[in-house]
Amino acid sequence: MSEKKTKRRDFLFTATTAVGAVGAAAVVWPMIDQMNPDASVKALASTEVDISSLTPGNTLTVLWRGKPVFIRRRTQEEIDEARSVKMEDLIHPEKDEDRAKNPEWLVMLGVCTHLGCVPLNDKGDYNGWFCPCHGSHYDTSGRIRKGPAPWNMEIPKYEFVNANTIKIG
Amino acid sequence: MSDHDYRPKSKVGQWFNDRLPLLTLANHLTDYPTPKNLNYWWTFGGILTFCLITQIVTGLTLAMHYIAHADMAFESVEHIMRDVNYGWLIRYIHANGASMFFLAVYIHIFRSLFYGSYKSPREIIWILGIIIYLLMMAAAFMGYVLPWGQMSFWGATVITNLFSAIPLVGEGIVTWLWGGYSVDNPTLTRFFTLHYLIPFLILGLVVLHIWALHVPGNNNPVGIDIKKPSKDTVPFHPYIVIKDGFALLMFMIVFAFFVFYAPNILGHADNYIEANPMVTPAHIVPEWYLLPFYAILRSVPDKLLGVVAMLSAILILAVLPWLDTSKIRSAVFRPLYKQFYWILVADVLILGYVGAMPAEGLYLLIARVATAYYFLHFLVILPVLGFKEKTLPVPLSITEPILGGSPNLAAARNNESKIE
Repeated sequence: MSEKKTKRRDFLFTATTAVGAVGAAAVVWPMIDQMNPDASVKALASTEVDISSLTPGNTLTVLWRGKPVFIRRRTQEEIDEARSVKMEDLIHPEKDEDRAKNPEWLVMLGVCTHLGCVPLNDKGDYNGWFCPCHGSHYDTSGRIRKGPAPWNMEIPKYEFVNANTIKIG
Repeated sequence: MSDHDYRPKSKVGQWFNDRLPLLTLANHLTDYPTPKNLNYWWTFGGILTFCLITQIVTGLTLAMHYIAHADMAFESVEHIMRDVNYGWLIRYIHANGASMFFLAVYIHIFRSLFYGSYKSPREIIWILGIIIYLLMMAAAFMGYVLPWGQMSFWGATVITNLFSAIPLVGEGIVTWLWGGYSVDNPTLTRFFTLHYLIPFLILGLVVLHIWALHVPGNNNPVGIDIKKPSKDTVPFHPYIVIKDGFALLMFMIVFAFFVFYAPNILGHADNYIEANPMVTPAHIVPEWYLLPFYAILRSVPDKLLGVVAMLSAILILAVLPWLDTSKIRSAVFRPLYKQFYWILVADVLILGYVGAMPAEGLYLLIARVATAYYFLHFLVILPVLGFKEKTLPVPLSITEPILGGSPNLAAARNNESKIE
C-alpha cells in the first residue's frame, strides 16, 4: 500500500515538473524571439537600383538591409583575371562564373566576412578589395585570397529587372 | 569577530536591531579585523567601489538627457555637451570614469597575482571578481556604442561579428543580437537597456565579492594566514578607512587631470563623426583597456580560433587558483615566480601596445610571440613552478620578522605545517 502511494507521488512530481518546464519555456521563448528582426525590418527586404550611369571599372555602393552592396561594372581585364584563377589557389573555392552570371556585373555584399567591416575598392594584392580592419585581401571576383576572413564576400539574391535596373533582395 | 555578541547601546537601537540586524552588520564592518601590514596596493578595492558609484550616478544623470535612437543619439550627446547645464562635465566624468575604473581594476587584479590572493581559501572571491571584470567589459563596450559615432558603430559591428565565428548557429545569433541584418536602431536600444542594467548586476556581485572576502578575511603582503583578531590585525575603522581615503584622494587627482585637462586623450577622434554604415574608418581600435585581448584576437590567422584564443585569455584567469600549484601565496617568498610575474606584466603591456598598431609585419610577429607567452605563463610555467621552485622561509606571523617571536604561536604553527 505504502509503496503504491510513493509511486503515485513520484508520478505527480514528475508530471508537475514537466508541465512547469514546458510552461516556463513557452514564456521564455517570446522574451528571446522579441530580439529577432521585427516585421518593419523584414519589410525593407528589397531595393531597386538604377545602374545606367555606371561605366566599366567603377563601383556603385548602395545600402540594402543596412549593409552596403557593391555593384561593380568590371573591365575585361578584371573578368579575365577572375576567371583564370585556379581553384586550388582559393581559400573558399567558388568559380567566378557562379558568382557573376553576367560577367560584366559583379553584385555582392560589401561586408568583410571576417568581422563585418566595409572593404575598400581597387586595393589589396589582388586588385579587388582590401579590408582595412584586419587586412583581408579579395580578388576581382570578391573572393578571399589572403588574410583572416574565412569566406568570399556574399552574393545576395538579385535580378536584372531590365537593362538598366537591378533588384536586390 | 564578535558579531554575535554585539548589542546596540540605545533601547531604540536594540529594538531595531532585533528586527533587522543592520547595526550588527555596521558593527562588523567597522570592527572587521584587517592585517596591519596592508600596503597601498590594497586600497584599490575601495577605489573601485568609488568608481562604480561614480559611473552609476553620472550614468543616471546622462540618461535623463540622452536619446537612444539611431537618428538622434549622436545629436543628443552633442546636446549634452553644449546645452545641458554641466553636461560636458558629467559626460567627461562618465567617459573618463570608465578608463579610471579599468585602470584601478587592472592594478587590483595584478595585486592579486603578485600576492597570490586568488589561492585557497579565496577562490570564490577571485572568480566573482573575474565575473565582475567580464561584466565591466560588456558594460564598457555597450556604453561606447551609445554616442553612435563611427567608432561606436564599427566597434559594435566588429565585436558582435565575433559571435558569427560559432559554427552553424553563429550567423543566426548575430542577427538576433542586432535585431536586424546590420547594427542599427534595434541594436542601439537594446545596448542602452543592457548598459543601464549591468552596473546594478555588478553592484550585486560586489556585495557578494566583499561578503566572500569577509569570510577568510584579507590576504596580506606576507601571504600567511593570521589569527583574527590579534596583534597582527587592526580594526577596519579607522585604520583602513583613513588609508583608503588618502589613496582615493590621490586617485581622484589623476582622475581630475583627465577630466579637466585631457578629456579626449583616451578616446578616438573618429567617434565625433556620426555613424555611417557605408564607410569603415581606416583603423578600428578598441578602447585602451581592451587592447591586449584585441591583439590576441588578431594574432591568430583563423577567425574561429582567434575568437577562441581571445575568450580563453580571459577565462583562463577563472581557473588560475588551480593552475598555480605553489602553496606559498606571496611572490615576496617566491624568487622565480616574482621574475615571471614581471615578465607577464611586460607581456600584457606589449600586447596592449601591438593591439593599437596595425596587424602587419613586425607588429604581428610580436603579437604572436606575446600571445604564445601569455598562455605559456598560465598553462606551463605556473603549474611547473609550484613543484620546482625553491621558496624562501615564510615568517610565522606579520609581527615576527620585526619583533621576533610570535604573538599567535598556534596560528603560526598551523601555517608552518601547511607549508610543509
